[in-house]
Amino acid sequence: MTTGTSLPEFRLFDASGSEHLFPTGRPTVLCFAKHDCPTCELSMPLLLRMHEAFGDSVDVWAVSQDAEGEPTLIEEFGTSMPVLDDSSLAVSWNYGIETVPTIILTDGRGEELGRWWGFARDDWRGLVGRLESLTDLEPPAVDWDTYPEARPGCGSRSLEPGLYERLSADSAESPLRARRVDVADGDDVMEFLFDKGLTDGLPVVPPTPERVLRMLSGTQRHAQDVVAMVPPNLATVTVEKIAINAVMAGCRPEYLPVVIASIEAVCTDDFNIHGVMATTMGAAPVVVVNGPIRQRLGINMGLGCLGQGTRSNATIGRALRLVLRNVGGAKPGGTERSTFGSPSKFTLAFAEWEERSPWVPLHVERGFEPEDSVVTVYALSGGPSLVVDHRSRTAESLATSIALVVRGIQDPRAQARGDVLVVVSPEHVDTLHRDGWTKNDLREAIQGATSIGLRHPDLATPKVPELDYIHLVVAGGEAGKYTAIFEGWVRDVGSVPTSRKIED
Amino acid sequence: MTMQILDPTNEKVPIRRELSDRPDVISGHVALLDISKRQGDVFIDRLEAVLSERLPGVEFRRYRKDTFARPAPEDLRRRIAEDCGFVIEALAD
Repeated sequence: MTTGTSLPEFRLFDASGSEHLFPTGRPTVLCFAKHDCPTCELSMPLLLRMHEAFGDSVDVWAVSQDAEGEPTLIEEFGTSMPVLDDSSLAVSWNYGIETVPTIILTDGRGEELGRWWGFARDDWRGLVGRLESLTDLEPPAVDWDTYPEARPGCGSRSLEPGLYERLSADSAESPLRARRVDVADGDDVMEFLFDKGLTDGLPVVPPTPERVLRMLSGTQRHAQDVVAMVPPNLATVTVEKIAINAVMAGCRPEYLPVVIASIEAVCTDDFNIHGVMATTMGAAPVVVVNGPIRQRLGINMGLGCLGQGTRSNATIGRALRLVLRNVGGAKPGGTERSTFGSPSKFTLAFAEWEERSPWVPLHVERGFEPEDSVVTVYALSGGPSLVVDHRSRTAESLATSIALVVRGIQDPRAQARGDVLVVVSPEHVDTLHRDGWTKNDLREAIQGATSIGLRHPDLATPKVPELDYIHLVVAGGEAGKYTAIFEGWVRDVGSVPTSRKIED
Repeated sequence: MTMQILDPTNEKVPIRRELSDRPDVISGHVALLDISKRQGDVFIDRLEAVLSERLPGVEFRRYRKDTFARPAPEDLRRRIAEDCGFVIEALAD
């Protein structure tokens, strides 16, 4: 038994349509029940006896949680005792009902005097005693020995999956503050979302309040925390707005922290997402994930990791893009001016296969601890260009192949102005590692082999402006002697690769 | 049942279905769409006669759905949209 403070007012109707307002000005017994609960069935006759004995001074009400079961409750008990319809579960939710039956005794002003769950014979006897002392009325004659000592109750309908989220979303304590949009009867919500320009051209999951609430359970951050200002509109984006777009992208709740960290990373002066979206070169924000969260979320770092088929890879990158579109306002033809666009602009996120790599992982190179989970975002305007080298048996030979493909990106006769992301497959990294090559050995080899003066031999410069503009990760399937080259946009006036730790 | 979704945008503009702008003047081509319900043609004939008197500079074009029981086929909707600035759809019985 617990006692509490003042209970919220409510208004419910019984089957005859009569209105019942709480508090009533008299002591009140409320019994929350549902029809298919055996313990409720056990308790209801006793409740009726309370009503018969104390009804002149005490309001004794059954509060039914299910519309389907209510006629049976009314048939059995409702002719003499009010059976109120709470099939919307609003009162059950507000009163924090977790078990049925729950019996609440209040005074006439709605102050909670006692609360009991399930069936306990001694509790009922105690309740009878309380009512007797409150009213000075004769208690009912009950043969208590015919009742069991105790029976557990059943789960309240307000906690059932689906209903719980709906009630949470609609409750006064709901963390949701985003504008609610009604999609009319007969209107197809998927078509509505297309027509209002809220998708990337593929269908999205409708962001219902229930789904967004579930998405928010994936982070410990408050729904109204401001995460960033999103260009080009420099619009404030909250955790809730990111969650809405993550629902639309198809994310699971546990992906949300990765999406949040990605938004934080791209909405920095260094990364310059405005320029990334606006450039005619068609740069796309590409997300590389490191650290323990890769396994927890099942982010693909092996076979097919740059392609379709893995939910986390596909939806994390897509959620990032939908936030930029819907919150930031970046749309092709508006501030997005890419000549060709790029398939990477739909989504591109993958993880480094740290366990298969002999090298220091990307995030550790960038100053994080191995046990940190980190996103690193790149503005990439082309690729993957595939280095298909099945013949090299030495690191030097393979590095030359990689370097010549790097040399060919963008304008082969010009120096690149941006970063290069090199995704080395397991078979290729084995070749490099056999000769003891480090990441830096490969970087230097690329710079050396690309230093060709195509306009004049005396003007030989490496393809990539700086050694540390070459980023190396290991990923991909076990079979295949390939390396994938992604070409970055522009570093000096453009975008700097940016990392952010993923926080729960 | 009305479905409720949460606004994924920065909420600077409303998200709702909006009617196309209504011109102040009726001009050009007006489609008269008979949905093929019984006596719809009688109604549209009369409508065309009345409107032709009232709007002498306007050309009326007649279109007909094969059945009232289904939405207008895409081809018919496209032809009306390409040819006409206005459409009057007549329901009769």
